[in-house]
Amino acid sequence: MPLELFSQYLFAGITYGIIYAIVAIGFNIIYNTTGIINFAQGEFVMLGGMISISLNSLMPLPLAIVCAVFITMLFGGLLEIVFIRWLESPSVLRMIIITIGLSIVIREVALHIWGDGVRALPYFTGNVVSSVQILGASISPQVLWALAVCSIMVLMLSLFFKFTSLGREMQACASNRLAATLCGINARNMVTFSFMLSAAIGAVAGCVVSPITSTQYDMGTGLAIKGFTVAVLGGLGNSMAAVAAGLLLGIIEAFSVGVGFPLVFQDAIAISILLVILFVRPHGLFGNKEAAGLKEF
Amino acid sequence: MALLEVTQLSKRFGGLHAVNDVSFTVQEGTIKAVIGPNGAGKTTLFNLISGTLAANEGMVEFRGQAIHGLKPFQIARAGMARTFQNIKMFPGMTALENVMVGLHPRSVAGFWAGMLNLPSTWTEEKRIKEQAMDLLALLEIEQFAHVEAASLAFGQQRAVEFARALASEPRLLLLDEPAAGLNIYETAEVARLITKIQGRGITVLLVEHDMSLVMDISDEIVVLSFGERIAEGTPREIQNNKDVIQIYLGE
Amino acid sequence: MDSKKTMPVLIFAVVLVALQVATSLSGRDYYLTQLTMSLYTCLLISGLCLVMGYAGQLSLGHAGFFAIGGYTSATLTTLNLTSALEGGNGLVVLLAKLGLLVSGTSLFGEELLYVQPWLAFVLAIVITTVVAFLVGIPVLKLKGHYLAMATLGFGIIIYRVVLAVEIFGEADGISDVPGFTLLPGLTINGEMDNRVINYYIAAGVLFLGVLLLQNLIYSRVGRALRAIHGAEDAANAMGINTSRYKLYTFVISAIFAAVAGVMMTHYNGGIAPADAGVMKSVRYVAIVAIGGMASLWGALSMGAVLTFLSLRGMFGSYDDAVFGVILITIMLFAPHGILQLPFWRKFKKSAKDE
Repeated sequence: MPLELFSQYLFAGITYGIIYAIVAIGFNIIYNTTGIINFAQGEFVMLGGMISISLNSLMPLPLAIVCAVFITMLFGGLLEIVFIRWLESPSVLRMIIITIGLSIVIREVALHIWGDGVRALPYFTGNVVSSVQILGASISPQVLWALAVCSIMVLMLSLFFKFTSLGREMQACASNRLAATLCGINARNMVTFSFMLSAAIGAVAGCVVSPITSTQYDMGTGLAIKGFTVAVLGGLGNSMAAVAAGLLLGIIEAFSVGVGFPLVFQDAIAISILLVILFVRPHGLFGNKEAAGLKEF
Repeated sequence: MALLEVTQLSKRFGGLHAVNDVSFTVQEGTIKAVIGPNGAGKTTLFNLISGTLAANEGMVEFRGQAIHGLKPFQIARAGMARTFQNIKMFPGMTALENVMVGLHPRSVAGFWAGMLNLPSTWTEEKRIKEQAMDLLALLEIEQFAHVEAASLAFGQQRAVEFARALASEPRLLLLDEPAAGLNIYETAEVARLITKIQGRGITVLLVEHDMSLVMDISDEIVVLSFGERIAEGTPREIQNNKDVIQIYLGE
Repeated sequence: MDSKKTMPVLIFAVVLVALQVATSLSGRDYYLTQLTMSLYTCLLISGLCLVMGYAGQLSLGHAGFFAIGGYTSATLTTLNLTSALEGGNGLVVLLAKLGLLVSGTSLFGEELLYVQPWLAFVLAIVITTVVAFLVGIPVLKLKGHYLAMATLGFGIIIYRVVLAVEIFGEADGISDVPGFTLLPGLTINGEMDNRVINYYIAAGVLFLGVLLLQNLIYSRVGRALRAIHGAEDAANAMGINTSRYKLYTFVISAIFAAVAGVMMTHYNGGIAPADAGVMKSVRYVAIVAIGGMASLWGALSMGAVLTFLSLRGMFGSYDDAVFGVILITIMLFAPHGILQLPFWRKFKKSAKDE
């Protein structure tokens, strides 16, 4: 494979991979504070894209994106307050079904608002044909935008959890909810924050990739299953490992297309990886088996 | 030959030695108790013997056969029944149904027979029901047969759990803290039931916190502390053992 | 006989007949088409109810098994073997000699030779059983979110396969599937004057399936399944091979789904990728959840009503959204199903007291 083609696939893989990683981190943030897998995680990405596209006709692009992220974030918090917050120790099965229901309703409402067409934000800089030469390949500047924004976001998230008091309180809830409550942390508010945070990062990802991958009302399910694959691959709850796992999956997918693997079965790659990982190493590639054994499932 | 022989059994959780190199035997027809302070590894030891957990090292032989590495249901079928510290009644099922589940290894009707409602299942169901009633009568709780088990008083649930465990006609009965959560009257009642079970030729191995119960009914006692066996002997010997007194009373 | 066990079955039979009589008396025979389809859906749902409510396992991939059944039968019965027979293909010649091929003519008068539907049916069930075992053995070791995602993944793979493979008709699916003659005079097809008979075929198949499940639930195995659902480790300690029981239950429900798939495909004369879609699986789960998980009758009644309303187009373009809303509402306010709501309990109790 010539270098040019190789770097072409590599960059495509990294672009998708970082999106999967963002969705996986969204899963992890909520999983860590609640033990719930939010099946509507992919919908946040879709909403971020769709809302910014609509707002962009009213205001400049940067403002539209900021507003879209903000709206999605509030929406995420609202979901938690209305549907999750007041449930008394719900079973895992119940939570799965509720979040699946939410994802369906969000998707169907999106279908009625925005239709089933493919939409996209304009390129942040340049246009469809502008490109940057890297490693012999022509890369769209938007790819660099996506990489930069997502990398900064991942970095800021890790700083947030390490150095801010809110971030540390969320971490405390993750490791021991009861102890955190006894220390005066409002665990319920932390859950709401975790929904808002994962909605917001999903929306950011939805905005930066919209020019490249387009936005469609039903993109959430595919993203959710790939994000989940990545989250499991890295070990549920481990966000840094999710980035590595996300890039791995993105690159595998990109090169599978490169070697002539039929495009329609591309989804099947992620799912097969998910199934194999679940059966062989349910605690993830980078996870610790004993630690996973102590969790509920 | 001993009914149960535990040899150099070890289990680690990360760096923690929950059970470390523990060996002991249980003779047929006796009541043997495993005691020790909280966190001594008693319940872990139990879970290793009954197959709920896999050991890192060591052997468990039951009736002369190695059983470590087998699944809990296989061990149950080999003739070892158990109860749980936090009484696990099957929710939504009556006391009678709970005991009928216990008769599972003593009956055969499978998926096909069940779906087709074959006549052979009718007689088997009748037998299962009668035997379950007999067991409830043995444990003196037949009046609660048709009450939902989970709604019974704690002591009665304990009796249902005994009946359920006895239903498989075990050679060895493992009791995980049978007096946990019971008041002194209920504890005395449980002690009486355990000796009644022994009287039917069933060997009993129990883990217990309540010293009075253990001292009254056991033939032999093993003492664990921090995962290690520190003493073994008759109740009288254990009561006079310096190490045991030290771990229970402190420095 | 145990009246707790037999009464519901008798009532069920009466309801099935009453529905047909009611449509006939009110001159709404055209309802029978949707009713028949609802009954086949109920067959799938009753099997899923066994898995979810009694063995306590969530499956988000049951539309996949429906599709395996439907597509296998549709493919085999639409494959024209005329030229293969003339060409002397060994397998085809053998099938022809054994009388396992059926001849007919297409809409355009072309001569057709295809696999006898009974053989296709048997093959569909065999394939489903094998797939269910292969999927079930690893998948059922998982719990909670992992199980949900793994079954969802299985469902998506099946959907992708039928969408991408040429022999399955890609996005168009398979059409012109011939009728399935069960016995002389009893043919599953969508012909107008066959409507009442087809309703009763569906009712009969569903009744038989429900009878088998009802027997199973009240048997030794059913008791073991309830024990597994309630406290799996305790059930295992009672000598129940819990993983095998969960697996068999899963396989049985997959077979129920496949039978529904085969019959529905012959009834509709075709099958499309949407039938294998994830939304369908979610919908089935929704119905079982609404019915109250461990309530065969709850799941059946909800399945019949909701599927019928959906097929009649009552939910308009919000069809999927309606199921989503129902799913959320039930799980929020009545996680044990709507038949367990205080209102119904009171009603039941007062009925008992009288």
